[in-house]
Amino acid sequence: MPTSVDRSRFKRLTRRELLKLSPVVLLGAFAWPGTRSALLNLGESFNDWAESKWYRPNHHATTFSDSQALPLERFPFNSYDVLEPEIDFAVWKLEVAGLVKRPGDYLLDRIQSLPKVVQNTRHVCVEGWDAIGNFGGARLRDFLAMVGADERARYIYVECADDYYDSLDMATAMQPNSLLCYEMYGKPLLRGHGAPLRLSLPTKIGYKSAKYLTRLEVTNVLRRRGYWEDQGYPWYYSL
Amino acid sequence: MISRPPAIAVTIETERGAAAEQAAYEHPLVVRYCHWLSAISLLVLIFSGWQIYWAFPSFGPKIPQHDFVHLPRLLMLGGWLGGALQWHLTFIWIFVPTGLVYLAYEFASGNYRQALFTPGDVAGVWPMVRYYFLFGPKPVQSEPYNPLQKLAYTSVIALGMLAVLTGLAVYNPVQFSFLAKLMGGFHLARLWHFAVMAGLLFFIVGHLIMVVLHGWRNFASMLTGWKRDPEYPV
Repeated sequence: MPTSVDRSRFKRLTRRELLKLSPVVLLGAFAWPGTRSALLNLGESFNDWAESKWYRPNHHATTFSDSQALPLERFPFNSYDVLEPEIDFAVWKLEVAGLVKRPGDYLLDRIQSLPKVVQNTRHVCVEGWDAIGNFGGARLRDFLAMVGADERARYIYVECADDYYDSLDMATAMQPNSLLCYEMYGKPLLRGHGAPLRLSLPTKIGYKSAKYLTRLEVTNVLRRRGYWEDQGYPWYYSL
Repeated sequence: MISRPPAIAVTIETERGAAAEQAAYEHPLVVRYCHWLSAISLLVLIFSGWQIYWAFPSFGPKIPQHDFVHLPRLLMLGGWLGGALQWHLTFIWIFVPTGLVYLAYEFASGNYRQALFTPGDVAGVWPMVRYYFLFGPKPVQSEPYNPLQKLAYTSVIALGMLAVLTGLAVYNPVQFSFLAKLMGGFHLARLWHFAVMAGLLFFIVGHLIMVVLHGWRNFASMLTGWKRDPEYPV
């Protein structure tokens, strides 16, 4: 670089430097409707993948003392459209299907015969609020062992009495805090909280803890990913 | 005090009666890329963050819910919570790598001495405060940035790091339980994340005011790297 340049050469120099920076305008593809959603879906998938890499399957969820748990009447419940699918408990069963050795219908007492785990864990809603509650139930991994699930399968897919559906990765299903929950605060689940059986996944965001379970499938292929996920929420979203 | 002019400076030759002009290469290409990528991603993160916050505009319990502050709807990005999460979780992957590249470059190249606050800048803080806020005399400028500028840029980098750390504690409070604990738990981490955003916003507003006050030549230098007629000897 000479220490002295004429004006036109300086102009060319600065123009070239500006051109070198111009690829930044490629970010405009995020503003253009034709490419926006594809790019954002790609970004979200990448984030899901990255997050699954730092998920520690044996790292326990943070647990709390009884005094830190909210009283039951102040524990919020969200429902996506109907408050109460009016399940008839007398005929309720959980249908188990897919890559399992013992498919079929499972009644609540079969699930309750598994070792019971009671834990005070934090439920975090995607909206931003959180609530520490007392949850009791069977470890999901114990139930998967009971039905003879293929643990090399990739996903657990669940369907609910209120048309909600969701899916999760096997690593989270096997995580020791992941429960098939049938009790809160030592009492059978209230209908608003998903009676008679729901998921309680303290290492996942709230909408993954599906309520009113009616069907559980072990699978490698997902036809649908989840009620909210199919509308744009992240699928992986661990806590 | 050590004078730190940019590495390259030229004289633009006289042309028919015009006075010769100096020009200094202030911003290497890496720095310009990092500036614009982090500026764009930071704005996307803030506006989508407001949309995310809007789903529960409170820092208290859900029952009963007391809203904290209502933000202007116009400045929200994503349309709804799910859309905003997509923007937020996508652009964090531009923001973080950009920040890492910037810091690596600054320290590897020694450019940090131009842009960031170092112990040598301490003595120059008070004269600048006196000039800006107390009608004091203008201190002689011997390098591209004055000590207060460097302090501001260094603080905003610290805020950017805090934004990422508080964000991680809000997003993954179980996997990063040590971070969440450090911030007083998930619940408070969400408040810190918001507070750090407010700090970044404060910087952005001040930064834009200063850009306007310093005019086109100063602004152009962040596009081309070159500043014509710098206010310090080169």
